[in-house]
Amino acid sequence: MSEFPVLSLTIVLPLVGAGFIFFIRGEPAFVERNARWVALWYSLATFALSLVLWVLFDTSTAAFQFVDKTAWMTNPNIAYHVGVDGISLFFVLLTTFLTPLCVLASWRVITSRVKEYMISFLVLETAMIGVFSALDFVLFYLFLEAMLIPMFLIIGVWGGTNREYAAFKFFLYTLLGSVLLLLAILALYLEVGTTDIPDLMERLQRHPLPEGMQRWLWLAMFASFAVKMPMWPFHTWLPDAHVEAPTAGSMLLAGVLLKLGGYGFLRFSLPMLPDATAFFTPLIFTLSVVAIIYTSLVALAQEDMKKLIAYSSVAHMGFVTIGIFTLNTQGIEGAMMVMLSHGVVSAALFLCVGVIYDRCHSRLIGHYGGLVHRMPVYAFVFMVFTLASVALPGTSGFVGEFLSLVGAYQANTLVAVLATAGVVLAPAYMLWLYRRVIFGNLTKEHLKDILDMDAREIAVFAPMVAVVMLMGIYPELFLAVIRVTVENLIVQAGGALDAAPVTAMLQR
Amino acid sequence: MPAVPADLLPVAAEIWLALVGMALLMFGAFRGHRATRLIAGLAVGAFIVAAVLIIGPASRATLALGGLFVVDTFAVFMKTLVLIGAALTLIMSLGYIRREDMERFEFPVLVLFATLGMMMMVSANDLMALYIGLELQSLSLYVIAAFRRDSLRSTEAGLKYFVLGALASGMLLYGCSLVYGFTGTTRFAALAALFAAPGAEPATGVVVGLVFIAAGLAFKVSAVPFHMWTPDVYEGAPTPVTAFFSVAPKIAAVALLLRVMMQPFGGLEAQWQQIVVFISVASMLLGAFAALVQTNIKRLMAYSSIGHIGYALLGLAAGTEAGVRGVLIYMAIYLAMNVGAFGCILAMRRQDRMVEDIDDLAGLSRTHPLMALALGIFMFAMAGIPPLAGFFAKLYVFLAVIEAKLYVLAVIGVLSSVVAAYYYLRIVKIMYFDEAADPFDRPIGRELSLVLAGTGVFTLFFFVYPRPLLSVAQTAAAALFP
Repeated sequence: MSEFPVLSLTIVLPLVGAGFIFFIRGEPAFVERNARWVALWYSLATFALSLVLWVLFDTSTAAFQFVDKTAWMTNPNIAYHVGVDGISLFFVLLTTFLTPLCVLASWRVITSRVKEYMISFLVLETAMIGVFSALDFVLFYLFLEAMLIPMFLIIGVWGGTNREYAAFKFFLYTLLGSVLLLLAILALYLEVGTTDIPDLMERLQRHPLPEGMQRWLWLAMFASFAVKMPMWPFHTWLPDAHVEAPTAGSMLLAGVLLKLGGYGFLRFSLPMLPDATAFFTPLIFTLSVVAIIYTSLVALAQEDMKKLIAYSSVAHMGFVTIGIFTLNTQGIEGAMMVMLSHGVVSAALFLCVGVIYDRCHSRLIGHYGGLVHRMPVYAFVFMVFTLASVALPGTSGFVGEFLSLVGAYQANTLVAVLATAGVVLAPAYMLWLYRRVIFGNLTKEHLKDILDMDAREIAVFAPMVAVVMLMGIYPELFLAVIRVTVENLIVQAGGALDAAPVTAMLQR
Repeated sequence: MPAVPADLLPVAAEIWLALVGMALLMFGAFRGHRATRLIAGLAVGAFIVAAVLIIGPASRATLALGGLFVVDTFAVFMKTLVLIGAALTLIMSLGYIRREDMERFEFPVLVLFATLGMMMMVSANDLMALYIGLELQSLSLYVIAAFRRDSLRSTEAGLKYFVLGALASGMLLYGCSLVYGFTGTTRFAALAALFAAPGAEPATGVVVGLVFIAAGLAFKVSAVPFHMWTPDVYEGAPTPVTAFFSVAPKIAAVALLLRVMMQPFGGLEAQWQQIVVFISVASMLLGAFAALVQTNIKRLMAYSSIGHIGYALLGLAAGTEAGVRGVLIYMAIYLAMNVGAFGCILAMRRQDRMVEDIDDLAGLSRTHPLMALALGIFMFAMAGIPPLAGFFAKLYVFLAVIEAKLYVLAVIGVLSSVVAAYYYLRIVKIMYFDEAADPFDRPIGRELSLVLAGTGVFTLFFFVYPRPLLSVAQTAAAALFP
């Protein structure tokens, strides 16, 4: 590598920050203050570096960029090989965008073991950036699993009352899926002779595996990605983990970790196992439709705000899986946009819950009402994200859902019709939630002197509002980066690449 | 000065240890128990010299003592691990010996003799040599298991270990005699040539003998269904002894098992593979499920080690060079994780008394953050979570298993590792999530801190530069496949 390794630096920088925090010694107050500031500066620096990636990104090629490759292990030849393409770039950005906000969101809330908390978040950030930029399958797995350790600690140490159960469920559930993925990686290596992802894609394009083998490998990968996604019926860890995790933990869990399943399908299942993908598409469509309708109904019945948002996440992920498996440009671009939008919106919604949870220590919808009278700024912010979540045109949510439904109509009309039901149900539970929490008369005693958001909280929300609006009003900024890679992916997956009228319309 | 016979050069390390052992015994007899720490230090020094004597010579795959003894890269690798394990556990035990009124000079000397026996096991090239090495090891271990003779638990552990161990030795010997009776030789090379001959159908007696030998060795590695002694002995023996038991003899016995199955009985793979598969699966499952309900951390580690042996044996079940390499990597990493974990257990002292309940670790992350970090690293590593070293141990074993097309075995393996992850996580949970209990005594001792730091850093940062271990293990595994 002759040029400057921007990507590797982006991966390592949070880890350096974590190491730095580890060695801070002194008075508890001094350590806490410094841990916060170090975490903030390192995560901001990481974000700045990742913006460099975006600026320098060449949108005309589907090849991996900012590639960095160093031999690591021999026999099997596993290399430290990283790089980003149009699909992974925005996930890296999403991660680096959310982490500083998470640090800021925990600024006052986390008062115990601040040092360990910040270390966990920075280690988690490294693992998340790494997993999206890994170009070696074993390296990918390494980062994928490495995420479990800090997340387990974040939920278990700083979580709510039932945190132990949630932490164990999260850890073991994800591990169970992942170990099968590991076996698939090893089997793929023995069959093809490499763990290098671009190499694997190329060789599998030339010599596809026999279909029976593809199906088994596909199922093993599915076990991991479906749990991460999470797809119905593998989603049961999600409400528990979300409810018990601290606010910032929920933000990253919903914002970034849930994208791993979709990323896995896009990166591995589709291009590497195209025949099996075609074979299992009906299964995915069925599960996705069930997820959209069923979890939307479940969300309607929730009394806990975090749980409601968690179920809405599962429903949104249903659109993602539908979009991915349509195997057409709109569908996959739509899935990407849903994921990116959901990454920001759900993180923001969890933060919205966090804001009032910090004040009243309750997540129950019934404990609130009429907040608009005391918290107008909060009401506005919450409204923006509620509307983005229900995919109002002009917000980020609309672009993704619209595109993935357009893709779905081309692939399977019935699926599209059923999925559209979700578009109706989402406003039902989200707007109802909004009405119950924000509107009405302020009658509850403990809300009488509740304070509106302070400057720090506004500072956390402002960039999120901006991104949501930007994605909704000018999606081409994002789609242009994604497009070439997606089209290349569709060719690899054997899907129909057509001159897409809808995308063209959005381009105008 | 007469020239040293070339035949004895490969055995130099063993001769050195035997001489040092006897000298230290004499020294101790004259100086009394006050010299225990000095003798332990000298024994550690002797281990280091022995390691130099093993690694130093460049000559490879030499026979010695009339062909009873073989030195190849495989033996060098395993002996080095055994010596490291013995040295580290002896270093860790220094503080314990001083505090717990175990200042008897026989302890380091017995550890030294046991280590000598293990080195002979690793290098055995004949069924008789195998048995002699094994017995030298076992007899020393029986004594140190019961070393705290005033403690009921320790004497019970020693007795249990002795009775069951003697039974296993008997089975092993019976198996050897059957093999000798039906083939007329005890030499590994001769046996290998006999079974490798194309079309040769082994006599029933040989197969029965093989089963007995496998059973005897399975006892020594504490694999299911010959594991019953393990939890009791681990719990009852003094903690440094348990630490020693869990690494050095295990490594030596695994080395022996590998050599016996791959070399003399390599041609009978079809016969022993199913035995190994069964032992491996049963060990993994029992190790995973039985440990779930343990409350004593030493018992928990006993079941954990049974499970780990199950994973290591997966590599043997594959029966390939890649499989053997996987086992070697596994044992090296297991050594680091296990010594580290026992180091933490040795530091569990409250008001000058050892505590062994898992619940005693409550809130350790607040009272002893660094120790909690170390134990957390070892637990996550044992659960096989990347990027910690334990992941790579499992990775290479599973790679070999899939290569051998034993898919069901691989799936059972990974699923039981998820079950096992639960109890490792439980320890992390107790340390990090629970409210703090009374702190443990400080300081934990310089020797112990050093061992903890060393094994912790190895386990955590192994992934940064794994190539040396991988390539050495590769060469060592190749030695069994000439």
